[in-house]
Amino acid sequence: MTTPPAPLLGYPRTDGRVGIRDVVAVVYLVECARAVADAIAAGRDDVHVIGFGGCYPSSYAHRMLELLCTHPNVGAVALVSLGCEGFDREGLAYAVAASGRPVATFVIQAEGGTRATVARGRAWVDETRARSADARTVPFTLADLVVGTICGGSDGTSGITANPVVGRVFDRLVAAGGTAVFEETGELIGCEQHMAERAVTAELGAQIVARVEKAAAYYTAMGHGSFSPGNAEGGLTTLEEKSLGAYSKSGSGPIHGVVTPGQRVPAPGLYLLDVVPEGPPRWGFPNINDNAEIAELVAAGSHVVLFTTGRGSVVGSAVSPVLKICANPETYRRMSDDMDVDAGRILEGREGIDDVADEVLGLLHAVAAGRPTASEELGHREFVLTYKSSEPTGPACLPTVR
Amino acid sequence: MTGSPAADGPYDLLLLATGDDVAVAVRDLAAGPWRTSDGRVLRTTGPLRLGHKVAVRAIAAGEHVVRSGMSIGSTTAPVAAGDWVHTHNLRSDYIVTFAHRGGEE
Repeated sequence: MTTPPAPLLGYPRTDGRVGIRDVVAVVYLVECARAVADAIAAGRDDVHVIGFGGCYPSSYAHRMLELLCTHPNVGAVALVSLGCEGFDREGLAYAVAASGRPVATFVIQAEGGTRATVARGRAWVDETRARSADARTVPFTLADLVVGTICGGSDGTSGITANPVVGRVFDRLVAAGGTAVFEETGELIGCEQHMAERAVTAELGAQIVARVEKAAAYYTAMGHGSFSPGNAEGGLTTLEEKSLGAYSKSGSGPIHGVVTPGQRVPAPGLYLLDVVPEGPPRWGFPNINDNAEIAELVAAGSHVVLFTTGRGSVVGSAVSPVLKICANPETYRRMSDDMDVDAGRILEGREGIDDVADEVLGLLHAVAAGRPTASEELGHREFVLTYKSSEPTGPACLPTVR
Repeated sequence: MTGSPAADGPYDLLLLATGDDVAVAVRDLAAGPWRTSDGRVLRTTGPLRLGHKVAVRAIAAGEHVVRSGMSIGSTTAPVAAGDWVHTHNLRSDYIVTFAHRGGEE
C-alpha cells in the first residue's frame, strides 16, 4: 500500500479492536424516549444518538444495538428508556458493561419525566467524559480497520469513476491484510456468476448465487422496480449494466465470506453484506434508505464507510465517519462542501483510477488519525434502524481458507 | 450538444476495458469523429449524452454486448460502429432468465 508510514494511534478497546473515534452513544429504546435522548446529546459533537423506534421487541434491532454499543468507535453508552417498551434494556446494558464500557440506564417514568431525565443524563455524560481516560494510545495501521462501502444517489458516472476507485482501494486494503465490506445483494443482480468465481470456495460461490437469486425474488415480490427511468436517462440500459457499476466497488480480489445484518465480519478479508432477509417479504423493504444500510455496515464492524455518489448525497452517520467520493464532476462543482473526494476528474481524463485511489487511501489515513470528514464537519449523524428478519449466515458463508 | 475534437480532456469516449464492444461519452457530444481512450478515432452516427454508450464495432442482432469485460445484455437489432447503444437496440438477458426461473413472465 502507498499510505504514509506515519504511525496511527487509536482508542484501545477490551476486545482487542481499536477505535478511531471515541463517541458516547445515547440510545433511545423506543421512539417515545427519543426527544429525551436528543436533549441529553444536544450540543456535543462527540455524543451521538442512536436507537430503535419500535415498541415491540425485535431480535434484529437488539443485535444491531448491541453491536453498535460495543463498536470500537464507542467509548461509553447511556440507555434511555420510557419504561414500558418491549426492548430488553437489562440485556443490552449487561452486554455493554461486559465489554468494559461505562453504561448507565435512564428510565423516564422512574426518573420523573423529561426535565429530570435530561438533567441526570447530561450530568452523567459530562462526568463520564471528564473521567474518561480514553486517549489515542494504541498504534495501528489501516489493515487493522474494517472499511465499508455503499453507493447512493447513483448516476451514469458512478460505475465509471467513484465505484472503481473504491474497488481499487479495497483490493489494496485486503491485499495488505485489511478488511472490507460491500453490500446490497439486490443491486448485484446479474453479477452473481462473476462474484461466485471470486469466492474462496465453491460452496461460498454457490451461496452467493443463491443469495442474489433470493434478493431478486424478494424485490420482485415487493413490486420494487429495480431499474428507474432516471437510470436510463443517465445512460444505463439494463439491470445488469446498473449492477455492474455497483459491483465495481468490490474490486477484483477474492471474496472471503458473506455476513448478514446484525453480524460482525469475523476475520480480515473481503465480505459481502447480504441485506435481504430470508423467506417471504416481511416488515417491508429490506432497507428503507441509505442510512439503514450504513447502520448495518457500521454494526458489521466498519470503522469508516466510503460513500460513492453521482447525483450528490449529503448524509453521514452516527458512530463511524462517512467519507464521500463524488463520481460526477458537475455534482462535485455544485456540492463540493459535502464531498471529500472528486473522482469525476477520472471522467475528464485529468487523472486515473489509481491516482484517486491513492488520494482515498491518504484520506482514510487522515480520517483514522482523527481528521473529520466533510459530513462529520457539517454535523451529519443520521441513524436509521427498523424492523427486519435477519438470521446469521451459516458456516458455508464464512471464511474457511485464506 | 457541445464539443469539438480539440476540447477538454485527452479523450471523448472512454473504453472501460480492453475488448469492450462499447465506449462511454465523457461529456455531451454531437455526431462526428471523436477520440477514444485507446487512441483511436470513432465517427459517431448521432448525438450522445454524458454517460451514454456507443458501439466501437459492428454488432449483429442477438449478440452479447460487453462493457467493462462483462455482458450487459443482447442486441435486438444490428448495430453499426458509431451507433448509440441503448434501450432501442439492447435488452437485458437477466430479467428474462430470472422470470423463467421464477415461473413468472
